[in-house]
Amino acid sequence: MAVYTINAENLHYTPLNQMIRKAVRDGYDEIIIDNVMGQRFIADGLTGSVKLTIHGVPGGDLGMFMSGPTCIVHGNAEHAPGNTMDGGCIVVFGTCGDATAHSMRGGKIFVRDDIGYRGGIHMKEYQEKRPALIIGHQARAFLGEYMAGGLLILLRRGENDIYAERGIGSGIHGGMILIRGEVDDWCLGVGAKKTTAQREEMDIITPYVHEFCSWFDEDPDTYLSSSFSCIKPASARPFVNKYTWE
Amino acid sequence: MCGIIGVIDRNQELMDGSNIRNALAVMDERGSGEGSGYVAYGVYPDYADLYALHIFYDTIIEPKEQVEELLENWGMIEEDEEIPTYEQSRMEKAHIPWRYFFRPNRKLMSQSSTPDDDIVTHIVMTINTSIQGALVFSSGKNLGVFKASGWPKEVADFYRIEDYEGYIWLAHNRYPTNTSGWWGGAHPFNLLNWSVVHNGEITSYGTNKRYIESFGYRCSMFTDTEVVAYQMDLLVRQHNLPLHLAVRALAPPFWDEIDRMDEKNRDLNRAIRLTYGSAMMNGPFAIVVATQDAIVGFSDRIKLRPLVAGTHEDRLYISSEEAAIRTMEPAISHITMPKAGEPVIGRVIT
Amino acid sequence: MSIGARPMRFLVTIDPDQCMLCGRCIENCPYGTFRMENNKIKVYSRNCVACHRCISQCPRDAISLIERPVDYRSHPVWTAKTREDIYNQAETGRILLGGMGNTIDYPIIFDRMVLDACQVTNPSIDPLREPMELRTYIGKKPKKLDFLVNEAGDVDLKTELVPNLQIETPIMIGHMSYGAISLNAHISLARAATASGTFMGTGEGGLHEAIYPYQKNMIVQVASGRFGVNIDYLNRGAAIEIKIGQGAKPGIGGHLPGEKVCQDVSCTRMIPEGSDAISPAPHHDIYSIEDLKQLVRSLKEATEWKKPVFVKIAAVHNVAAIAAGIARSSADAVVIDGFKGGTGAAPTVFRDNVGIPIETAVAAVDAKLRYQGVRNEVSIIASGGIRNSADVTKIIALGADAVYIGTAALIAMGCRVCGTCYRNLCPYGIATQRPDLVARLNPDEASVNVENLIHAWTLEISELMGAAGINSIESLRGNRDRLRGYMLDQTMLDVLDIKPVGA
Repeated sequence: MAVYTINAENLHYTPLNQMIRKAVRDGYDEIIIDNVMGQRFIADGLTGSVKLTIHGVPGGDLGMFMSGPTCIVHGNAEHAPGNTMDGGCIVVFGTCGDATAHSMRGGKIFVRDDIGYRGGIHMKEYQEKRPALIIGHQARAFLGEYMAGGLLILLRRGENDIYAERGIGSGIHGGMILIRGEVDDWCLGVGAKKTTAQREEMDIITPYVHEFCSWFDEDPDTYLSSSFSCIKPASARPFVNKYTWE
Repeated sequence: MCGIIGVIDRNQELMDGSNIRNALAVMDERGSGEGSGYVAYGVYPDYADLYALHIFYDTIIEPKEQVEELLENWGMIEEDEEIPTYEQSRMEKAHIPWRYFFRPNRKLMSQSSTPDDDIVTHIVMTINTSIQGALVFSSGKNLGVFKASGWPKEVADFYRIEDYEGYIWLAHNRYPTNTSGWWGGAHPFNLLNWSVVHNGEITSYGTNKRYIESFGYRCSMFTDTEVVAYQMDLLVRQHNLPLHLAVRALAPPFWDEIDRMDEKNRDLNRAIRLTYGSAMMNGPFAIVVATQDAIVGFSDRIKLRPLVAGTHEDRLYISSEEAAIRTMEPAISHITMPKAGEPVIGRVIT
Repeated sequence: MSIGARPMRFLVTIDPDQCMLCGRCIENCPYGTFRMENNKIKVYSRNCVACHRCISQCPRDAISLIERPVDYRSHPVWTAKTREDIYNQAETGRILLGGMGNTIDYPIIFDRMVLDACQVTNPSIDPLREPMELRTYIGKKPKKLDFLVNEAGDVDLKTELVPNLQIETPIMIGHMSYGAISLNAHISLARAATASGTFMGTGEGGLHEAIYPYQKNMIVQVASGRFGVNIDYLNRGAAIEIKIGQGAKPGIGGHLPGEKVCQDVSCTRMIPEGSDAISPAPHHDIYSIEDLKQLVRSLKEATEWKKPVFVKIAAVHNVAAIAAGIARSSADAVVIDGFKGGTGAAPTVFRDNVGIPIETAVAAVDAKLRYQGVRNEVSIIASGGIRNSADVTKIIALGADAVYIGTAALIAMGCRVCGTCYRNLCPYGIATQRPDLVARLNPDEASVNVENLIHAWTLEISELMGAAGINSIESLRGNRDRLRGYMLDQTMLDVLDIKPVGA
């Protein structure tokens, strides 16, 4: 397992990414990046199966357009990690900012703690390309806005009261959001429909929860033994009744 | 578009500007090199009860004469000098920054309950609207704004902000659209003891401007952020609103949330929206406001701009990016992402 | 008869290949345009007023209608209408009356202003998926709030707010009296206002008991004729509106032709059946601004200060100064009716020549009230030719809090704007009291049509606001910066206080 280490202190993101790509070309399987402090665009457009371990705080658009590699972050990620991500895996031992997994189209993102606003906005799927965003603790308003496909799981570690952030699944027309516990009805966005997750839905999320727990060394049963709310589209054309021809 | 950062040491222990200079530079991606600025509170302890007026002069002939005449009419200039600056190779010195330590003659506005502040406000509005070639960009007591058109490190080095020590610092890195790179357009915007740094664009600017101008303020900076400073001055200094309610007026809860509150809170919030509807700000924003005993940060109600807060011992940091906070304080322990529209306040411990 | 017959205004023809002789046109037309003669439908085009009732009922689309089938020699000064008005007055020696709004082709300022949208520097907001607040409160607001803060940091509100009306959309239905329009029309509008979370004006014809179920959404009008005004009426309304004037005929009172004063109208208004109900020009107890204050306070005393009181004025030259006076009179809102406002009947010379455009009136009033520091004392409600959601958005950006729609609401119920409301023959059952015609208007359907219109415009306003990066109507109100003038001269731009396109 060939490992390459980069010290990112005072390094601008362009030379940093050049070093990462060179290491990938040179055949390294694993790249460790230390002292990351706000550099944007790390692993953008990266393909292949390299494993990146990041120590510090990566800046915006971590893994944007990424398709294949695994990115592990020991720290908090800032704005829009996994933006338009196509494949691979991002694991964050901390929190992520707003617009996490924006337009995600493939791959998996595991966030140990919280994400900001508009998580999973405009996630998509097609046949076997089914992206997934799994969050350990909390997510803010507009979770799963415009969702067209994919899977969003919010585990709400340690929270037992009702989830009360507005605009869940606003405009959802595909895909599914699973939230552990109860969800206040007024929080549902336009076109979103809430049910209690049944066996079928729980079967779908179980392997993801297991994978989440193996990353963060937790017991899957603490989550899977609870009841989940399932949010899905009420129709594929939530806005058809708003328009009339001239 | 723009990066912001602010810090308060709640014990009023002084910090020099070197740290915030580095933190702001971490967010260079958010700016365009056309404007950066800093404000620090506690920097003029020897003149603590005089108003420190910072003025940009185009020349020190006619404008300076007119400004000094105006000042002499309204009070006394106890001391004045050019603000020391140090040449930066890539920065053009477009204006001459000057500072006056000024004592207003409060007998001249005896009908007011805050005559000193009103006199200084009047002076600022008059100079900025009618004296060509002069612009007041800082007008508080024991505080100073240092700003220009340039990158964060250039502007910091231009003023040598590491030579200044304050217990509150705000800094801003600008990506301008409305007015490219004129010094007056850089943040922080200041009036009396209010300083504002702002990331975003206020779509309600036309409404806010009309509202604030009907109380006698004059918008002269061609930049939307100006209204924030004036609105804070109106709501807090003149109308005596508690700080968190002034923020509530600028970023109020949604009607559907208000409808679901208990009666007392419903009436309170409804009254705020009805009375201060024209002060409400729309559009994306992350703002940090400083006054002499607090800093307050808040974002717009639907969180269109990032905002991160962190605490370490008795210091509160607020910024657009966590990386900037960590640059200032690597030992920072408690990082949070404030909720949309809700203020994060750090007050001086009394 | 030296002047002789004038040409027909309209020519109606029936396509004989299409016509199936069902006779619906004959049955439906109250003006006598169609008659069955020798198994053919004979057309008397001279009677036609272009109300389109026949066209709306013809199952075969067999009917055609053209305007002015006979040409005069054209002349820019002596237009056909100008000539015919003179013929009419030469024959009768009387004031010409007409219905609906201003017919002179003055430029429409709304069509010379364009709205802004966000591109890049700030994001548009998506009203389909994110919150968009159109809720508006109409009434008096405090200039500042006083709070009591105790040691523990608990905050109590000291300032008391006076009653405001809460509307969920900035569109309200304007005052059209029972008498001018039918009871079924009134019921339809009242239901639509209630369903839409907004309010409707009763007009000066009183409040019929059939509307009592909707009284929580009614604004009762006190006009110069004081028709139907008693304490019960005042208490039933959610708010009270003093009508000083209306945009279609500034300076003169309402006019209900005797044809429309049937038994029910006679009862509600307390005037003899068949007599014309002409309201006085002024309120005879208001001859100056302090008298207005007196009436406002009298109404408030009588209703125990529980109801907001509005004052409606026509938009005239010194509308800004008048509004400033109203703002100091204890009134809660000033309603401004521009010179394109509609009416059931008005002297055409007033309808077409008196008053100023609502766009400039609102701009001037908003500016004056702000300048004097009294903008919070009254809400501004704008009316007079509000045609679509763009007009609503633009007038709010100029400073209005809300609009009244009149003609638009009638059109939503089927009105074709033929302008002959004064004849009591409205074939849609809207502007008539004839029972057989009124029966044609079904409130179950018509109320849904008006509700649809309000709903559609509200959706469009949400889209326009979102595109401009605004998610709360407070931030659109008076935001002149979001308007630009297109081909307006500098003076007009100065009056409206907006910049030209490109600036």
